[in-house]
Amino acid sequence: MSDILVRIDGKEVEASQGMTVLEAAQSAGISIPTLCHHEKLEPFGGCRLCIVEVQVGDWMKRVVSCVYPVEKNLIVRTRSEMIDKIRKMILELQLAHAPDSPELLDLAQEYGADKDRFDKEASFCIHCGLCVRYCDEVKKKNAVGFVDRGIRKEISFIPEIAAKECWNCKECFPLCPTEALQAAFVLTKSLTSPPLSHEPSSEE
Amino acid sequence: MDNDRVDQIIDKYQGEASSLIQILLGIQTENHWLPKEALERVSEKLQVPLARIQHIATFYKAFSLVPKGRHEIHICVGTACHVRGATRVLDTVRDLTGIKPGETDLDLKFSLETVNCLGCCALGPVMEVDGKTHGKIAPGKTADVLKNFE
Repeated sequence: MSDILVRIDGKEVEASQGMTVLEAAQSAGISIPTLCHHEKLEPFGGCRLCIVEVQVGDWMKRVVSCVYPVEKNLIVRTRSEMIDKIRKMILELQLAHAPDSPELLDLAQEYGADKDRFDKEASFCIHCGLCVRYCDEVKKKNAVGFVDRGIRKEISFIPEIAAKECWNCKECFPLCPTEALQAAFVLTKSLTSPPLSHEPSSEE
Repeated sequence: MDNDRVDQIIDKYQGEASSLIQILLGIQTENHWLPKEALERVSEKLQVPLARIQHIATFYKAFSLVPKGRHEIHICVGTACHVRGATRVLDTVRDLTGIKPGETDLDLKFSLETVNCLGCCALGPVMEVDGKTHGKIAPGKTADVLKNFE
């Protein structure tokens, strides 16, 4: 476990082998915006919002900091004109799906993103995968998962598991940046027959 | 499809979770679709969460979560087949079977799908039934092909 010295926004930061750039930045109190990152979960690299510029020698490239491991003599820039432009575009595209998400709107203000730039396609889910991964990795219940792919990809609860596990847990609800999850849960609840009870049923 | 048959397919792959897709394909080939009971059985035997199986089963177009017919008709509507009259072939087959692309008839005899290329453009228009290619098919000939299927 040798310490690696990296330079993030001009600040010398000590990091250990295997840390990601995002973790190194956070440990030094440098904030990088994220949507799909959660400290308890494996890095996902889904939202791309934590994109930064890294430089090794003369070679500069843009990488997603939550999945990029630190290496020797790395120079990281978390803000630049190009990075801000990329983040603004990502936010504008996500706002077309979830125009009223407070978390997205706050970020939009910071990066000057226009929430009406693209036609609304309100699916509300931005596929950050927080609920799916939390249920899998932390709770190990897998009550919610992704279905379908591409533009039709969405989250879906498995009613039988949800009926048993979800009512007393709901730990994934506050993770969701857009509240699409709650909507999916209410939908599952209303489609389940017999209806999910407020109390866990005594038969089990 | 009963659980014993599902178990046999799972055993063929030594119950390895890494063979999940092969197992699902095995069930799909035999049964023409993946019933929920079968997926639950696979989930239980392989110790793979149902949510993950559902993700995979909805991801690949080879899998179907709704019943499919015993015979699958694929009609190519790619460019080469299109200019040689694939639309007329498709219309005739729709009239013959009474179903639209993506649908299955009530007797579970035929499922109809359009595809974008079957890789034999020189034979266009192409109709494929249960994997067998019928090239240069005239709309009038489709009835002769389909009447051989029960």
